[in-house]
Amino acid sequence: MILAFDWTQLAQQTVIGLSNGGLWALLALALVLIYRSTGVVNFAQGEMAMFSTFVAWSLIHHGLSYWEAFFLTLVISFAGGVALERVAIRPVERAPVLTVVIVTLGLFFLVDGAARWFWSSETRTLPNAFSTRPINVAGVAFSIQDLGNIAVSLGVVALLFVLFQFTKLGLALRAAAVNPEESRLLGIRVSWMLALGWGLAAAMGAVSGMLTAPALASFDQNLMQPVLLYAFAGAVLGGIASPLGAVVGTLLLGVFVNLIGTYVNWIGTDLRLPVALAVILGVLLVRPAGLFGRASVRRV
Amino acid sequence: MAEPLLALEGVEARYGPVKALHGVSLTVGEGEIVAVLGANGAGKTTTLRAISGTVRRSGTIRFAGKGIASRSPEAVARLGVAHVPEGRGTLSELSVGENLRLGAYPRRDRAAIREDERRVLAHFPFLGERRNQRAGTLSGGEQQMLALARALMLRPRLVLLDEPSHGLAPRVVAEIFRIVGELNEKDGLTVLVVEQNAILALEAASRAYVLEVGRVALEGGSDTLRRNESVRKSYLGY
Amino acid sequence: MRRALGIGAWVLAVAAGLGLFLLLPHLVSDFHSRDLARAGVFFIAIVGLNLLTGYTGQISLGHGALMAVGGYTTAALVVHEHWRDVWTIPLAGIAAGIVGFIIGLPALRLSGLYLALATFGFAISMPSLLKKFSGLTGGTQGLRFFESAPFQVTGLTGKVTIFGHAMTQAHFLYYLTWSIGIVGFALAWLIVRGRLGRVFRSVRDSEIAAVSSGVNLAATKTLAFALSGVYAGVAGSLLAIQDTIVNPLSFTFLLSILVLVGAVVGGLGSLPGLVLGAFFVQYLPSISTHVSSRPGVPDFVYGAAIILVMILLPTGAGGLLRRLARPLATWLYTRP
Repeated sequence: MILAFDWTQLAQQTVIGLSNGGLWALLALALVLIYRSTGVVNFAQGEMAMFSTFVAWSLIHHGLSYWEAFFLTLVISFAGGVALERVAIRPVERAPVLTVVIVTLGLFFLVDGAARWFWSSETRTLPNAFSTRPINVAGVAFSIQDLGNIAVSLGVVALLFVLFQFTKLGLALRAAAVNPEESRLLGIRVSWMLALGWGLAAAMGAVSGMLTAPALASFDQNLMQPVLLYAFAGAVLGGIASPLGAVVGTLLLGVFVNLIGTYVNWIGTDLRLPVALAVILGVLLVRPAGLFGRASVRRV
Repeated sequence: MAEPLLALEGVEARYGPVKALHGVSLTVGEGEIVAVLGANGAGKTTTLRAISGTVRRSGTIRFAGKGIASRSPEAVARLGVAHVPEGRGTLSELSVGENLRLGAYPRRDRAAIREDERRVLAHFPFLGERRNQRAGTLSGGEQQMLALARALMLRPRLVLLDEPSHGLAPRVVAEIFRIVGELNEKDGLTVLVVEQNAILALEAASRAYVLEVGRVALEGGSDTLRRNESVRKSYLGY
Repeated sequence: MRRALGIGAWVLAVAAGLGLFLLLPHLVSDFHSRDLARAGVFFIAIVGLNLLTGYTGQISLGHGALMAVGGYTTAALVVHEHWRDVWTIPLAGIAAGIVGFIIGLPALRLSGLYLALATFGFAISMPSLLKKFSGLTGGTQGLRFFESAPFQVTGLTGKVTIFGHAMTQAHFLYYLTWSIGIVGFALAWLIVRGRLGRVFRSVRDSEIAAVSSGVNLAATKTLAFALSGVYAGVAGSLLAIQDTIVNPLSFTFLLSILVLVGAVVGGLGSLPGLVLGAFFVQYLPSISTHVSSRPGVPDFVYGAAIILVMILLPTGAGGLLRRLARPLATWLYTRP
């Protein structure tokens, strides 16, 4: 008896999962970037991305095309990220970690509040980044939008890889993140590297937001909250200190969550995130540093 | 008389509420090797930190005619001061090659950097072989040489060496001091070295300062100090 | 002589504090008494969280969920079993303590960020779990004391009589909450000063050093979780009693964040500033709304205030108090 398994559906749901996961992965990368350099998870990363998305909306509303607004928003978001770091994070650079955590929580409220203040809470839409026509690949229908999202996500990841591995600036960023004191002795302006990191993270979040919004029928200020949760979960699954791990972990999570939602009925939309978190917790109990994290042996 | 390359006058330094230096004055002339000796806790490392700006300090510090007592560590490094800290300061997650490249970070003269890299690798060939290895996997002695090589990549006017012998086997230490001596003779490298091992330090350096409890207790030429009774008893062991 | 002065100052401060506690409701309106009672709830939860995070170094983003355990235990006992509301408080504390202990078990393998994630996951899942098991919890609607068990609610019929004193319901809730709060604070103070406090701090400062001194790491960590769970449970129970209603929205992740913010603003690893942390968390939202109630502005002000406080007082109110008290303590305790 041949197992009448619907491979087509599996392939389609996997691609959708990768598309979602890819957008989450951009936010996850932003989290990892800031975690590596500042030592905290930036709770406000999602709201910053949401704010950027609203900026893009306003630009489009004023007549720019989607892609024009996209790139202009990237620049604005980068500047915004640098500014936030200088104003809110720099003053607490040497404070205990939990203090900085609370500052990012404060930023969450600040940025979220600002977004609700400057724009009304009515729902709005962003034009599609890619056409929503289906495309035929090896006899299976996929949406161009999903494939486009995957391409952009991977493209951004690749760009960052090149930046960090092959440029002098990227080298300095890496050094500043891992050994700030020693880096200072080499003439690296560590403080500005931190600010740069925040700018890059903000830009990545903006990409995530600007691609997440068009896929929804409409969006409002709550847009990025679930994305942040999934990004955080995926980054921890992959290993929060490892950029590659964060990306792979989030992609896996995207596929997993989508497949579970498709094939297991009693896990409605309500329980998707708790189930995902439970699974991640299970993984962490076996591999405490995440799938790709390098566990420093501290068996006590 | 020409102004010395480095001059400290009445320098004080503190770690939080604890004062570690109570007014240190010393000079280093261009092309010299000067040693700072003293027991644990005397303030030797703190003196280097005061120069490179990694500790809260006050007083006068002049380097190449400029006051640096209020500058950040990054700014001091960019002026040409290479501080090789206690523990080597290896960026262990990065590769050997990346460590070397970062040594030349403030410089823009690419051709000269490449030439320097060749010269440095000539002094330390094993670094070329291990170029893509994670720097943390090198042995202590190898890391010390990497740290020195990295400092040289800056084409520094002054090298601050903190306890180069720390935790290393005698043979390795001897090699390091030999290389430092060679660089000083051939290339005129100016070095301020902090050492607990007074014998080695006095052999390599032409002048030395002895610190006690955050102050300069003695100073003079190496030969003079070697013959000094209290120095012999406390630091040379005979 | 100086020691006597020091002790005298202490006694004076405690007496003043107690006096303020007793008199405050009579100086403010009924409405404000309710607010103060709410602040008391935060105070208890914050003291508990401080024991876990400030003294033992274990981060928890899930204290709101532990409060939910306490609150729902109280609600279930009142509505389903017809208990008198105030008698449920100890049981609520114990229930939450047990859950805290259970959470402490995976905490043994995780630390720092990963522990934060685990507790965060717990907090996020709590509303969904509460909705799922609706038989016990009343699902999305929650449990309402008035409707289901009116006579179990103390003070429902206007005045409450305690020890012969008659008082309004708001005053009763205030005294109930803050009496428990003072007891909890005193208990925490004794723990912190005693051997257990030292053990906690040794785990926070260096696990390796603690173990080599013979500390049982697993027992200590789970005990810390359980203990702070008890506090959270009691706080949640009091919250339920004050509101006379519980539903999943009373215990969202936001609550966990508020407790953590209160603990950090109050000062981790020290006790005196925690009252200020509780007031900060209780009153800042309403102050923010006073600035302007246009959508988004209160949150903006709230966030800006949190950031400002952290920049100005990185070690919280407790840190500031310690810095101010240091010259006094030095003067009192050094020989002339």
